Amino acid sequence: MTTVQERPPAPEREPRTINRKRGRITAGSALVYLAAFFLALLWLVPFLWALSTSFKTETEASLGQPIRWIPQDWSLEGYRVLFERGDHLTWMINSTVVSTIVTVLTLGLCVLAAYGFSRLDFPGKKVIYAVILAGIMIPPQALIIPLFDVVSALRMVDTYWGLALPQVVAPVMIFILKRFFDAIPRDYEEAAKLDGAGHLRILRSVILPLSGPILAAVGIFTFIGSWNNFLWPLLVANDPSIMTLPVGLGVVAGGYGLFYAQNMAAAILGALPLLIVFMLFQKQIVRGVAGVGLSR
Amino acid sequence: MTTDTDTSAAARAAEKPPSTTPDRAPRRRSWIGLWFVLPFTAVYAVFLLWPMILGLYYSFTDKSLTGRPVDWIGLANWTEAFGDPKAWDSLWNTAWFTILSTPPLVILGLAFALLAHRARKLGWFLRLSFFAPFVIPVSVVTLIWVWMYQPDGGLINHYLGEWGLGGDRLWIFQEDAMGSVVTTTVWWTLGFNFLLYLAALQTIPTEVYEAADIDGANPVQKLWSITLPLLRRTTALVIVLQLINSLRIFDQYYLMAGGGSNLSPENVFIQYVYNAGFVGFRVGYASALSYILFAFILIVALVQFRLLSRKED
Repeated sequence: MTTVQERPPAPEREPRTINRKRGRITAGSALVYLAAFFLALLWLVPFLWALSTSFKTETEASLGQPIRWIPQDWSLEGYRVLFERGDHLTWMINSTVVSTIVTVLTLGLCVLAAYGFSRLDFPGKKVIYAVILAGIMIPPQALIIPLFDVVSALRMVDTYWGLALPQVVAPVMIFILKRFFDAIPRDYEEAAKLDGAGHLRILRSVILPLSGPILAAVGIFTFIGSWNNFLWPLLVANDPSIMTLPVGLGVVAGGYGLFYAQNMAAAILGALPLLIVFMLFQKQIVRGVAGVGLSR
Repeated sequence: MTTDTDTSAAARAAEKPPSTTPDRAPRRRSWIGLWFVLPFTAVYAVFLLWPMILGLYYSFTDKSLTGRPVDWIGLANWTEAFGDPKAWDSLWNTAWFTILSTPPLVILGLAFALLAHRARKLGWFLRLSFFAPFVIPVSVVTLIWVWMYQPDGGLINHYLGEWGLGGDRLWIFQEDAMGSVVTTTVWWTLGFNFLLYLAALQTIPTEVYEAADIDGANPVQKLWSITLPLLRRTTALVIVLQLINSLRIFDQYYLMAGGGSNLSPENVFIQYVYNAGFVGFRVGYASALSYILFAFILIVALVQFRLLSRKED
């Protein structure tokens, strides 16, 4: 049983039971399908209700009663106000920049370090690796106070770097990548070594091409985690023009008050980018949860 | 670039235990390796190790956010923290949230996974609708739910009223605040446990069930004597991860019931720490409080670490 699956996934086996039982629809399985379908629909209700509200006029939305799932007068008013105000777009750009910095740096630094720990021997290696592994157990939330002090001493408050750099520290990614690299047989590198390749070239032309799935998983999870991070950006971004989307929506937009159509338009637009990421990478995400998900 | 051949090569590679390929020549110790680990280690030292040491030091001082000179005050912060009824109240609120949210998140996660595992033809749709909320930013989640929780004209009160179940509750706006936050959290994060269980279910070989079929086992017997025992390790992991996450509750509580909106006078622990540091400017005291939370999470995390490393055998 592999709950902690950071090995390359074996080719998926076709579930054999389906074929054999095809055509036999029992009362039990009909019930299972009905229950599953109903629950999935129930789980979508908040999204659907937000979507419906976002297309109403502000008057209809704030009236509340009667509950109408299909707007009486379709309206893009909520979205229009949002775009006129403009801050939503700024936050979206900020989130994209910060999450991209975090993802690129995490992948780069963690791959280098994992290769070092997996393939090279150097003084102090065991101690450094142990200290980094111990970091897996440290909850970032318990460090916010002194971390803020460090970041403000570095004059990084209200900057992209102040938002991004503390999020790059992800010891669990080193753990996951190192175990993956450890499982790649060393024979693969012999040929490259005979050719006189240095370690950077071995990493680039032997190890990385074999590590596609794990790199995708680490990258996607880092990106989603960073995009959705709330507490740290809340502390370090005070200027609305540097806020990320979750903080801007939570702190500034929440304060606009009772404009429901507009709020739901903001919610829909705020949900959209990662929903698209999810649709595009559903397979990698579903596979990755079992392995990388442990980092949360 | 990843092509299919690469992936299967890696898969084949991984199936061999790594220990069967001993090093040909003893590797030379050299300093090159240090250059590989140095960049990460530097960031790690500045943004994790150093704040940890600094926080511990501050907890013994009267360090303030206002920047006046720092005095060593010994254990004063610690004794104050242990005797601070508001700190204990907020710690209890965090514990209460953990107690309320963990059982539904684990049990429903398993139940949904069992359903999805059997309703395979709906697989894509089920994964989408159960897991999609998990990738949504917390403030989007709370915007939507606060709108649904509106006492007048909110979706939830409307349907409760229509079905004769009341419909006059105040939800996040008063005594139901904690229950409302828990409900929202279940909707938001259930998908993660769902996927962990689903992945584990898919590794159970079908032969096991075929054998049980031959013995004439009914579905309930198969669930109790095959599925659940085989999922024991997954369940342990799910519970531990859930405990760690629930103990860190802040975001959704702050957005729905605390912080800016200030609808509830109660705090959760991280919010109390946040207020002590960033509203009261008492960095020293807030640091001591942080270490108390840290100790609690560390205990749970040590269990997680044991579970993780046992896999190595």
